[in-house]
Amino acid sequence: MTTELLGQAPADTDGSDDGRILGLRCRACGRAESLGPSYVCPACFGPLEVAYDLEVVRRRLTRATIESRPAGIWRYLELLPVATRPARGLPVGSSPLVPAPSLGRAIGIERLLVKDDSRNPTLSFKDRAVAVAVTKAVDFGLEALACASTGNLAGATAAAAAVAGLPAYVFVPADLEPAKIDHALAYGATVVPVQGTYDDVNRLCLEVADELGWGFVNINLRPFYAEGSKTLAFEIAESLGWRLPDVIVAPIASGAMFTKIARGFDELATIGLVERTPVRFVGGQAAGCSPVATAFAQGSAEIVPVRTPDTIVRSLAIGNPADGRHAVELARASRGSVEAISDDETAEAIRRSARLEGIYPETAGGVTLAAAEAARRRGVIGPDDEVVALITGNGLKTPDAFRHGLEPRPAEPGMPGLAPAIAPSFRAFEAWLER
Amino acid sequence: MSSVRIPPVLRTSTGGQKVVEIPGATVGAVLTNLVASHPGLGGQIFGEAGDLNRFMNVFLNDTDIRHLEVLETAVGERDSIVLLPAMAGG
Repeated sequence: MTTELLGQAPADTDGSDDGRILGLRCRACGRAESLGPSYVCPACFGPLEVAYDLEVVRRRLTRATIESRPAGIWRYLELLPVATRPARGLPVGSSPLVPAPSLGRAIGIERLLVKDDSRNPTLSFKDRAVAVAVTKAVDFGLEALACASTGNLAGATAAAAAVAGLPAYVFVPADLEPAKIDHALAYGATVVPVQGTYDDVNRLCLEVADELGWGFVNINLRPFYAEGSKTLAFEIAESLGWRLPDVIVAPIASGAMFTKIARGFDELATIGLVERTPVRFVGGQAAGCSPVATAFAQGSAEIVPVRTPDTIVRSLAIGNPADGRHAVELARASRGSVEAISDDETAEAIRRSARLEGIYPETAGGVTLAAAEAARRRGVIGPDDEVVALITGNGLKTPDAFRHGLEPRPAEPGMPGLAPAIAPSFRAFEAWLER
Repeated sequence: MSSVRIPPVLRTSTGGQKVVEIPGATVGAVLTNLVASHPGLGGQIFGEAGDLNRFMNVFLNDTDIRHLEVLETAVGERDSIVLLPAMAGG
């Protein structure tokens, strides 16, 4: 039974991938490249992604096979770019899909479900992507793991590197929330604060990745890293009894996770594990950094980068999103939308989720829930739709966000809030209670 | 002459050179001259319509040229241009 424990399970294949992983392929021109820590097509400079032989996967992977395996993302091994389940790793995935009836009623969506992905080892969905990336970093013999992060990836990369026994270099905007920096430091990472926006950090890391050969999970390991997000789709479909929901609502930063969920559903349908039913994709961005929402609203496919993001939603503050164009196309083609959410709406959505459902999201989750409400208001989501909203990070990562827009005043009896400090006597308590 | 930093994936077209010195008064002129001296770069730097490849991000002294005057941005003698893939994590 011990070997069945999450994250400790032994390899359950013979070490080969049976030809299911074809290699890397350029998403723009289709050129094939061999597997390696590379991410750019040498012919057209387009992004590389992993190519599979889904016919091989279809023959090997059944619902019963998946259901017989331990919890976690490696249940879906054949749809990931990894030959065998890693012998050691954090217990990532199999987060709960929970009905949120009170919150749903509050925003006019009766069948609202929350995919609570704040329950990963480092409290965000980034553990999924990093689990795949670190496995490949070890396969490729890379000497260090690194990332450019808006915060959640910092902790995920640092923790995964700690387990793999690799040094971790985490590059973040210098003014990032201290809780996120401390989180990465605790795992033993070297944190490099960069004086600039996330996009400045990312540009620097592109140069560092090229010159030093470190495994940057979201740069030169990006084709593999991005595949990890598909496991959100696999889990949602499995939790629903092997079918797809009417609507997915998810946050958009680079747009990679948003588009990979669609890819995950598509692959499940292609290999016959679910019926191919239409899913609308609704994305949320912070209004203070909303290049994808702006392109959607303008009916354009061109992403105009935002130079200086201005929002409390740091985890989504990417001004120049790599997959922005694909995210807009997905929202449009699926008859979904991309919503721009103010910081006040985000904070209110965080409070409402915590108070009505006991689920405390970080700012990106607040954006997601407010986006669901906005899409419902404008009719993209109907009252009877089955809607899955992704809570991608835990509120403890952005501990000040829920206060945004609230007047700081002492709580009175019967009101939520922070009461004034009192002397440790019943008389003092009684005095406050009866005032 | 401004210096243009070439990413590793494109260095086969520059004989392995990491940095090349290229003349030109604007970013567009520098890139056109770069392709003239290293024709193998044409397909990566420019799109089919002769505009900048949408997967190519160009930085002048660490600023994205889309925040400046794009290809019309003036280039000084000691300026540095960096070519990088359009790629961002999160």
